Amino acid sequence: MSTPQHQMQQQAAPAPNWQGTPGTSYTSPIPITRTHLGHALASEWTKIKSVRSTMWTLGVFVLLVVGIGFLVAAQTTNEDFTDVPYTIPAFFGLILGQICLITLGVLVVSSEYGTGMIRTTFTASPQRYRVLTAKLMIFFVVAFVVSALSIGVVGLITSGMHGGSSDNEWGGTVLMGALYVSLLGVLALAVGSMLRHSAGAITTMLGVVLVPAILPAFLLMSESMRTIGEKMMEYNAPNALARIFQLDNDNGNGSSQLVLLVGVTAAAIAGAYALLEKRDV
Amino acid sequence: MIELEGLTKRYGEKMAVNHLTFTVRPGIVTGFLGPNGAGKSTTMRMLLGLDRPTAGDVRIDGQHYDRLKDPLKYIGALLDAKAMHGGRSAFNHLLCLAQSNGIPRARVHEVLDTVGLTAVAKKKAKGFSLGMGQRLGIAGALLGDPRILMFDEPVNGLDPEGIHWIRNLMKSLAAQGRTVFVSSHLMSEMALTADHLVVIGQGRLLADTSMADFIRQNSRSYVRIRSPQRERLLDVLHGAGITVVEAGGEALEVDGTKSEHIGELAAQHQLVLHELSPQQASLEEAFMQLTAESVEYHAHSDPGLGATAPAAAPPVAPPAGQQAPQWGNDWKKG
Repeated sequence: MSTPQHQMQQQAAPAPNWQGTPGTSYTSPIPITRTHLGHALASEWTKIKSVRSTMWTLGVFVLLVVGIGFLVAAQTTNEDFTDVPYTIPAFFGLILGQICLITLGVLVVSSEYGTGMIRTTFTASPQRYRVLTAKLMIFFVVAFVVSALSIGVVGLITSGMHGGSSDNEWGGTVLMGALYVSLLGVLALAVGSMLRHSAGAITTMLGVVLVPAILPAFLLMSESMRTIGEKMMEYNAPNALARIFQLDNDNGNGSSQLVLLVGVTAAAIAGAYALLEKRDV
Repeated sequence: MIELEGLTKRYGEKMAVNHLTFTVRPGIVTGFLGPNGAGKSTTMRMLLGLDRPTAGDVRIDGQHYDRLKDPLKYIGALLDAKAMHGGRSAFNHLLCLAQSNGIPRARVHEVLDTVGLTAVAKKKAKGFSLGMGQRLGIAGALLGDPRILMFDEPVNGLDPEGIHWIRNLMKSLAAQGRTVFVSSHLMSEMALTADHLVVIGQGRLLADTSMADFIRQNSRSYVRIRSPQRERLLDVLHGAGITVVEAGGEALEVDGTKSEHIGELAAQHQLVLHELSPQQASLEEAFMQLTAESVEYHAHSDPGLGATAPAAAPPVAPPAGQQAPQWGNDWKKG
């Protein structure tokens, strides 16, 4: 997109004193293009599909969700599904599989810091916010598509095995379940961008997912901590997934848990952007 | 063209780069020289917008780096040969860089060919030797066919063939009218490639001069004399108003006088000379002299062995009984 206006600007640029310059300044035959988010997206897409860790983490994720889902579906009877959606077997695989998405989310950004690639990346795209935006978008789309397909496959397998036994609409659970685990991965990406360290960021994310699931057991013993413990029990990640897949029909469909995760993720992304511009690489 | 104006970077108490002001001009190779820890890499990182300067300014063709709309076509940089993801193939590494700047895919094949890595394009970067990594880094720098090229210690870890290749590459890039800015801590390397020289030590500018001027001003030429009639020769030389430095052994050294003149004086007084040789101190020594006070990490050698040991050429052993020599002390005497 080299507009005529731009070429004029180049010519009109004040000639600096290049006295003693042998020869003139070099002009490349490659046309000048103003870089934009599209370029960054293409670059990040190449990056994410050209490393083995992507294939490993996503491969294990699919294996866990579909594999465990199939086993659960095979071990259950038609009566088990009278009150619940066909996607419910995917829940058990997702509890483990979410760790894969967290790992991939962290690695998408922290592996660049670990290897020094980030300097090359930011030299090629000095607009750092654009790089992070592209990473977030590409990762979210990849994670959402892969998890939605996995959950969908589990739903199809189950409905095939136990046809006609459930009246529950399960399309919504596919989208919400995929959204929840993908957002966990996005949160992990933002944390990775802030901590810049693979192991540190993965550990932090495991803490975020597991501690609220474990801690209530202790908090509920003390009277003063009871309310905090109950909130944690309600909003922790495994419980959120349980509600999305309607394991527990009386307490809503997990949308409030999803809203909380959206809020936390947005805050982490804001923090990641702020630190990104401020720090040296 | 790269312009630095009062560029400063402070890490806590330590001034890594201290008010650097100089200009890198197109069409020539500018050498950026300094001992380890002088602030060369920090300066280059600030130039690329990777580190934020504490004070001062650096502009590329009048613009800040992060304002460049197509950075890879403006400036190609090799900072660290290993600044890449080892699990990605050479081709994909270059492809993702090219895509981020809208550079056509065909150009990736071109630069791989230029640096001679076409055969290993599909191989993972982590299996590369240091030299191959360096070549891949240079391929990345050449990707946008930029008018400014910046190399941080490009010959580090390369074999002689690789060093030769980089030297010629830099010269041909400059001959095409590009700006070439290359850092090194080896003066001998710069003497072969650079037309212009910027020397820094402990973050401060020590010299900004053409290579020819630097050689003229900084290389010490002297005459080395040995004679069995040492005392008489000393008298004669003193009589002629020539200052003599007593070097190690029985050798004498005279600065700023032609060997012909000394030979004629000796002949007039019928003195026997065993040696009368014009000497030129190497550029490496001139560089060490310049940066003597700013070297951050000294290697301490045994007293008497002489801290000048790393300098290969003329041994200027300190007279016995003197204090343990400090790096560069001998030069201040000269």
